[in-house]
Amino acid sequence: MEHTKFTPQTWPDKAEQATMEGRNKFVGIWIFICSDITLFASVFATYLSLKDKGPAGMEFSAAELFELPLAFVMTMLLLTSSLTSVYAMYHLKNHNFKGVQIWMSITVLLGLGFLALEIYEFYHYVHIGFGYTQSAFSSAFFTLVGTHGLHVVIGLVWIVCLIVRNAKRGLNLYNAPKYYAASIFWHFIDVVWVFIFTVVYLMGVLG
Amino acid sequence: MSSVAVSNKKGFGATLWDYLTTVDHKKLGVMYLFAGTLFFAIAGFEALLMRIQLMIPNNDFVSAGTFNELLTMHGTTMLFLAATPLLFGFMNAIVPLQIGARDVAFPFLNSLGFWLFFLGAIFLHLSFFLGGAPDAGWTNYASLALYSPGHGIDFYVLGLQISGAGTLISGINFIVTIITMRAPGMTFMRMPLFTWTTLISSTLILFAFPPLTVGLFFMLVDRMFGANFFDHTMGGNTIIWEHLFWIFGHPEVYILVLPAFGLFSEIIPVFARKRLFGYSSMVFATILIGFLGFMVWAHHMFTTGLGATANAIFAVATMAIAVPTGMKVFNWIMTIWGGSVKVTVPMLYALGFIPSFVAGGVTGVMQAAAPLDYQLHDSYFIVAHFHYVIVGGIVTAIFGSMHFYWPIMFNRALNEKLGVLTFWIFFIGFHLTFFLQHFLGLMGMPRRVFTFQADQGWDLFNFISSIGAIMMAIGVVLLVINIIITAKSKPLNCRDYWGDGRSLEWAIKTPVPFYNFKQTPLIRGFDPYWLEKHDGNKEGMIYAEPLGDIHMPNNSILPLVMSIGTFIAAFGALYHPDGVAWSIPVIIIGLGITVASMILRSVKDDLGYHVHVEEVIATEEHLYGKGGNK
Ligand code: HEM
Ligand SMILES: [Cu+2]
Repeated sequence: MEHTKFTPQTWPDKAEQATMEGRNKFVGIWIFICSDITLFASVFATYLSLKDKGPAGMEFSAAELFELPLAFVMTMLLLTSSLTSVYAMYHLKNHNFKGVQIWMSITVLLGLGFLALEIYEFYHYVHIGFGYTQSAFSSAFFTLVGTHGLHVVIGLVWIVCLIVRNAKRGLNLYNAPKYYAASIFWHFIDVVWVFIFTVVYLMGVLG
Repeated sequence: MSSVAVSNKKGFGATLWDYLTTVDHKKLGVMYLFAGTLFFAIAGFEALLMRIQLMIPNNDFVSAGTFNELLTMHGTTMLFLAATPLLFGFMNAIVPLQIGARDVAFPFLNSLGFWLFFLGAIFLHLSFFLGGAPDAGWTNYASLALYSPGHGIDFYVLGLQISGAGTLISGINFIVTIITMRAPGMTFMRMPLFTWTTLISSTLILFAFPPLTVGLFFMLVDRMFGANFFDHTMGGNTIIWEHLFWIFGHPEVYILVLPAFGLFSEIIPVFARKRLFGYSSMVFATILIGFLGFMVWAHHMFTTGLGATANAIFAVATMAIAVPTGMKVFNWIMTIWGGSVKVTVPMLYALGFIPSFVAGGVTGVMQAAAPLDYQLHDSYFIVAHFHYVIVGGIVTAIFGSMHFYWPIMFNRALNEKLGVLTFWIFFIGFHLTFFLQHFLGLMGMPRRVFTFQADQGWDLFNFISSIGAIMMAIGVVLLVINIIITAKSKPLNCRDYWGDGRSLEWAIKTPVPFYNFKQTPLIRGFDPYWLEKHDGNKEGMIYAEPLGDIHMPNNSILPLVMSIGTFIAAFGALYHPDGVAWSIPVIIIGLGITVASMILRSVKDDLGYHVHVEEVIATEEHLYGKGGNK
């Protein structure tokens, strides 16, 4: 399977599903995402019910805490990274390995940028006294956004592994499904962030 | 590598290594079965201790604190570590054969799921030796659990977190397997009902376990890392736990009972010697139960104070579940009706199951009436209800299926005579134990009490109930004896042990070779093996492909290593609140082991290997003599 060499002409139409293993991975990642949606739904629901709740006289509220400009930049970084991973998949379809690697690397860079801003944001909150144990609100906020952040880290490690591991050998029917699954996962992370941006930051600032 | 199958005897070390690294669904099925039986025995023993304590009023056989530990560990173990793995055992062993697959979709993940479950279970049970077991009930309500002293609750949270991850992984694996790995011609509406119920039950796992994971995580960080999800002085809210727990908890009971339904839907047609009545309505009812199962969680919270409107909605939704369940019951009866019934041990269990389960369903509908539930809630009536559905439905399915599928799984048959005796002792014991508990509940006896005052009219019923529990224990011991005797009996080396097998798993000769069917079978309709027999096909099945090389997955030790990593990390988290210096390093080392093995798994190609035609032929001749699987 990994020994077969392809050209753009012989490369199958749906390379990510051309083998049994590939098809299993493709279905599997979608099924996994279904369960991950439930996971996030539970954390979202908890966040909404604990929003602004804290010990008597708590000074932090969503309306005062969150700042849209930072969240907006983060959103843009992540949305763009989704777009670049689409480019990578476009090149995967055309059996252009260099294109895949380049666009996946750009995706990683954008993801790292997002992560850096998120770390800065957390650091800032902790610095002004809004730590994880400060209130029910803070616990819920850090858990929700942190769970997403953890997904970003996992996605980044996964994609970096793929880029490094396959750097020397090019595309084949064994690693194409892996790239594809990673990119689906990355899109999912992006969609979750859109909800976080809306529910936590936009609705938070509106009060 | 494939010579493994042909060689005769292996040393102990090699066998052990084989089981630690195996990704074969049949071996994992056996491992699930034995692990499940082990925990079933432990939890049954805990139940026996509780019933001895409650045998007479004002007893002091165990202390109140110990009693709380016993009832918590009994419930938790039975649901998560006994019923689930026992059913997973059958799913692993049978479903790939039923759909004509070589293995599951992700054999590696299958093994990972097992080891996570097993090490999580071991972790939970270490609590007995390390300062006390959890004691807040299997429901672990936050209001009770948050400040429970000692590490009991921490063991519960971390142990279930690990084993729950394993269950979720296995669930995903079964779904993908059933979607992608069916043999040619095995359309969805030709799938046997056990495969269908496995699919729906796995889908419920998919959506039900994440809320539990989240709830357990909140409990974990609240107790061990100072978060405030449930602490009301910090703005938290304990009702969040109740919701998350029951959004998981109610689907969980259907996760367990649907495969049990599936198993009986396999057993009944074989011994009624009739096609399953109303196949498509059975499928429909399964899907509907799965769907409705997510709409009713608040019937466990009627007395929490959600308000009359919420209670009314959840009451109606709960009652609606009785409709598809009733459809199934009528279909089973109609299957038996007019059949030429052979009353074997599996069929005995099926015949015992129908009325017992119906009784449990009826009390369920009674509890669904919210105003009445104010009276019944947290009384022995509830205990009677759920034991009627769980023992009458799930345990009978497991015992019956052990007899039914033992020939396929072990190439040996359990003893029928001993089986009949076991059935009657267990079945009578079960009704003695739980029937009278309905009335104890109506008379006001609350559940989860460690003793009671004499002369309230409860003495006799409690005594009888304890006698029944002892009979159930004897039944289980007899079953274990049966298993041991059978291990020494002669191998069957036959196909279609019961003579009336209908679905694909009966078409294969036992012992089943490690690659299952040597050629992928071609499915021509529902009950494919029966169709072939009917058409006079002596070879079992017709095949969709010529005899050729077979592609198989490689064994791997990584799943075990990954699971050990989480196990180590859990110890670090557990002792974190004690302020010991090594807790964070241990967490990091443990998770490091897990992550490192995941990365290793990702970068190291795993392409499997091929069993060549000659080896296939040699294996078949070795197993079945000249002529192979004919
Ligand atoms: C027609 C079907 C059913 C209905 C209408 C029903 C209804 C209910 C209701 C309303 C309760 C809550 C009672 C209370 O705590 O006040 C309950 C408890 C329970 N039911 Fe059912 N049930 C049904 C079937 C099942 C099945 C099939 C199972 C398991 C396989 C099951 C397992 C349980 C358990 C374990 C509890 C108690 C949980 C606890 O508090 O520890 N039920 N049921
Ligand atoms: Cu329920």
